[in-house]
Amino acid sequence: MTGNLVEIRNLRVEATTDAGRRVEIIKDVSLDIAEGEIVALIGESGSGKTTIAMTLMGYTRQGCAIAGGEVRVAGVDMVKLSEAERARIRGTRVAYVPQSAAAAFNPALTIMDQVTEVARIHKLMSAVEARAKALSLFKALSLPEPETIGNRYPHQVSGGQLQRLAAAMALIGQPKVVIFDEPTTALDVTTQVEVLRAFKAVTAQHNIAGIYVSHDLAVVAQIADRIVVLKDGSVQETGTTSQILDDAQHPYTRELLAAFRPKAQQRGPECEETTKRPLLQVDNLTVGYGPRLRDGQPLISVVQAVSLELDRGRNLGIIGESGCGKSTLARAIAGILPAYAGDIIFDGRELGKAGRGRTRNELRQIQIVFQHADTALNPAKSVEDILRRPLTFYHGMSGKARDTRVSELLGLVHLPKSVRHRLPGELSGGQKQRVNFARALAAEPTLILCDEITSALDTVVAAAVVELLKELQRELGLSYIFISHDLSVVEAICDEIIVMYRGQKVEEITPARLTAPQHPYTRLLFSSVPKLDPAWLDNLEQNADAVRAYCRQ
Amino acid sequence: MTKSTSPGRLGVRFGYRFNLIGLSALAIILLWGGVAVFAPHIIPHSVGEIVDTDYFGPMSRDLWFGSDYLGRDIFSRILMGARYTLGISLAAVSIACFSGVALGMTAAVAGGWLDSILSRFLDALNSIPSKLFSLVVVAAIGSSIPALIATLSVIYTPGAYRFARALAVNVNTMDFMVVARIRGEGLPYLIASEILPNILGPVLADLGLRFVFIVLLLSGLSFLGLGVQPPYADWGALVRENIGGLPFGAPAVIFPSLAIASLTICVNLLIDNLPRKIRDRSAE
Repeated sequence: MTGNLVEIRNLRVEATTDAGRRVEIIKDVSLDIAEGEIVALIGESGSGKTTIAMTLMGYTRQGCAIAGGEVRVAGVDMVKLSEAERARIRGTRVAYVPQSAAAAFNPALTIMDQVTEVARIHKLMSAVEARAKALSLFKALSLPEPETIGNRYPHQVSGGQLQRLAAAMALIGQPKVVIFDEPTTALDVTTQVEVLRAFKAVTAQHNIAGIYVSHDLAVVAQIADRIVVLKDGSVQETGTTSQILDDAQHPYTRELLAAFRPKAQQRGPECEETTKRPLLQVDNLTVGYGPRLRDGQPLISVVQAVSLELDRGRNLGIIGESGCGKSTLARAIAGILPAYAGDIIFDGRELGKAGRGRTRNELRQIQIVFQHADTALNPAKSVEDILRRPLTFYHGMSGKARDTRVSELLGLVHLPKSVRHRLPGELSGGQKQRVNFARALAAEPTLILCDEITSALDTVVAAAVVELLKELQRELGLSYIFISHDLSVVEAICDEIIVMYRGQKVEEITPARLTAPQHPYTRLLFSSVPKLDPAWLDNLEQNADAVRAYCRQ
Repeated sequence: MTKSTSPGRLGVRFGYRFNLIGLSALAIILLWGGVAVFAPHIIPHSVGEIVDTDYFGPMSRDLWFGSDYLGRDIFSRILMGARYTLGISLAAVSIACFSGVALGMTAAVAGGWLDSILSRFLDALNSIPSKLFSLVVVAAIGSSIPALIATLSVIYTPGAYRFARALAVNVNTMDFMVVARIRGEGLPYLIASEILPNILGPVLADLGLRFVFIVLLLSGLSFLGLGVQPPYADWGALVRENIGGLPFGAPAVIFPSLAIASLTICVNLLIDNLPRKIRDRSAE
C-alpha cells in the first residue's frame, strides 16, 4: 500500500441522456489525498466536483456510471466492489456531509435516531455508547442544548443546526475520509465560523482526511491543505492553498480569484432627492404565527414592529442570521404570510396584507425569488413551461412572441437555450437558481425580493448575477430587497442595509457613507466574513461577550 | 464530447420513447377493444345457442374453447363478454378516478372547510360495504348497464379521492405552489398544471388497480344475477357459472380466467411503461 489514503486515477464518469446519448462528465481526473489531509474541490456548478467526491463512495447519480479509472480508498478500489461491499465501507470508512441537510433528514424520525443510525446499521457500538458519542459530537460541533437536541425532529431546529447535525451523523462512524459537499454554503457567517472551527478541530483531532467541495474560495482557504480547481469535468490546476491563492497559474483560477473580490460599487450621486415618495414603505410590521392574542399580537411573533423605506431604483439589504425573521419579513411584504399589524405602502397605495387582497398588477410588480430553487421550481414542468406561464398570465403572450421572450430571459440569466426542454431535476443547483430568477424577471416587476438568491451560486456566477442585477436596474429601474447572510454581496449592491436580530431591526447602515457599524451584533457579523487568507480563521479574535450573546450557543 | 449510440430498436419517433413491454400491453388491450366493438360480427355461434350435446366439452375444431355447463360455445361467449367487462369497467373506473382525483386535489389546495366537508362525506360513503351498497341500488332501481356504471363509480370514488388528496397535500407545501399562488393563479390552474403532473404516475397506477377491482366486483354482481343479465355474460360471470367445470379441468373455466388476467395485467403493464417524452434533443 502506498502512502496515500485516497488515490483517484484516470477517473471517467459518463451520463446517459434519455435519447441514449452518452456524455462524458468527468474526463480523466486523477488526485490523491494523504491521511489527515483536506483537499478542496473548487469550481463552478456543473464542473463535476460533487460527482468526483461521490465516486469515493463508489456512487454515481442515477443515469451516470463510472466508465473507467480507479478510485482507491485505503487500498480498496471502490469501482470494482459489489454494492454490498460498498455499503459496508460507506459510513465507516467514507462518510458524506450533504449540501442540503434539510433534504437528508427523515422528517418522521428524531434527530438522535438518525444520527446514531450509522452506528446501529454497522453494529459499531451499543445504543448507549452511540448516544454518548453523538452527544460529544453535538458538543464538539457547538450545537445548542446538546443534551436534548437529539430528541427533537428535524423541522424543530434551524437550517444551520441541521447542517451541523448532518456532520455529526457523518462523523459518528469514525470514518477515515469525509466528503463535505458544500456544508457551510447555507449557513450564516457567524455560525459558519463556529462550524468551520469545529470541522477543523474534529478532523485534526481524529486525523480524518477530507474532500471539501465548495465554490467559496475564502472558506476553502481556511480549511483545506490543497486545492484542486475544476472546470467542465477536468482538473485545471492543483496546488497547496497558498500556491493557489498567491500564485495562480491557470487563467480560470485567476478568474475565480478576481470574482471573489467584488468591485467597489460605483454608486450614483447620493440620493438625488428627486423621488418624492418612496417605492415601498413598511411601517411597524409585525408578522407571526398562531392565533391573535388579546393585545393584537400573534402567539409567536417572528418579525416585531419593523419599519423600512425603499426609494425607486435603489436597493435595500436585509442581513442577519438564520431565524432572525428576514425571510418572514419578505414573505409578509409579498403577501404570502399576512402580517398581523402594520402597513405596507407600495408606490403610494396601501397593499392588502394577504396576496388574495391585491390586484393582479400589484402582485406582478412585487416578485419574490426563493432561496431553495429545488422546491421553488415544479419538478414536473420543463424550464420552458415554467417561464412561459408568467408571460401568459401577466402579459397575455403566446406563440412565437412568447418563445422569443423565453429565449431572451434565458439569455439574460446566462443559460444556454438548450436547457429549455429540461426538467429542473436535470439542472445543477446554480442553473436552477437562474431559472428561478428568470421566472421573476418574466413578470417585469418593479421590486424583486431576493431571498438568499446568490447563496447557491458559485462566486464567478454570483458576481455575474450581481452585475446583471445592476444592469437590469439601470435599464428597467428595478429595485431589489436583498436578503442574505453573504455580506459581500449585500455590500456590493445595496444602498442601505438593515441588520436584523431576533425579529427586530438593530441597525441601519449606509455603505456609501461608510458609517462604521455601531451595534455589537453588526460588528460580530462583519468580522465573521471569511477573508482570502488561510490564517484568517486561526487569527480571528471576536468579542467573546458578543459571541456568547448573539451566537445562541 | 459525445458518442451517439443507436437508440432503442423501437426508435425515437415524435420525441417519445415507448418500450417493448408497454407496446405489447397496448396491443393486447387494443385487441380486446377491437373484439368488444366488433364482437357481434365475428362470433361463430350465437351466445345463447346450445351447440354441443355434452356439457364442459373439450376444445375442438368447431368449438375452439370448448363448451360451457349448458353446452354453449365458450369462444363466442368470451368475445361477447369483452363488451360488458371492458365497457362497464372502463367507464366506471374513468368516472371514479376523474371525480376522485379532481375532488382530492381541490380539497388539498383549498383546505379549510371545503376539505373537511368533502373528506367527511366521502369517508362516510367509503364506510358502506361495496357489495351491500350495490345490492341495495340494484334492488331499488333494477339492473341496467348505466345503473351498474354509476354504482361502481360511486363505490370507487372515495378511494381515489383519499389517494389523490394524500399525494396532493405533499405537493401543496412546496415553494412552487407558493410562487403560483402569489402570482394570483386560480384553483383550476393550481390543480391541473402544478399538482397533477407531480402526482400523475401514482394516480395512473392507482387507476390500474382500481380497474382490476371493478372487474372483480362486476363479476361478483353478475354471479348474484344482479350484473349483466343472461343469456349475455361478462367474463366474471363466465368464470362463476362454469366453476363446476374446475374438477374436470374444463376449458370453459380456464379461458374466461385467462381473458380477465390478460386484460388486467396488460392494463397495469401499460401504465408502468407509458411512453416517455425525450427532452435531450441535441443528438438530433
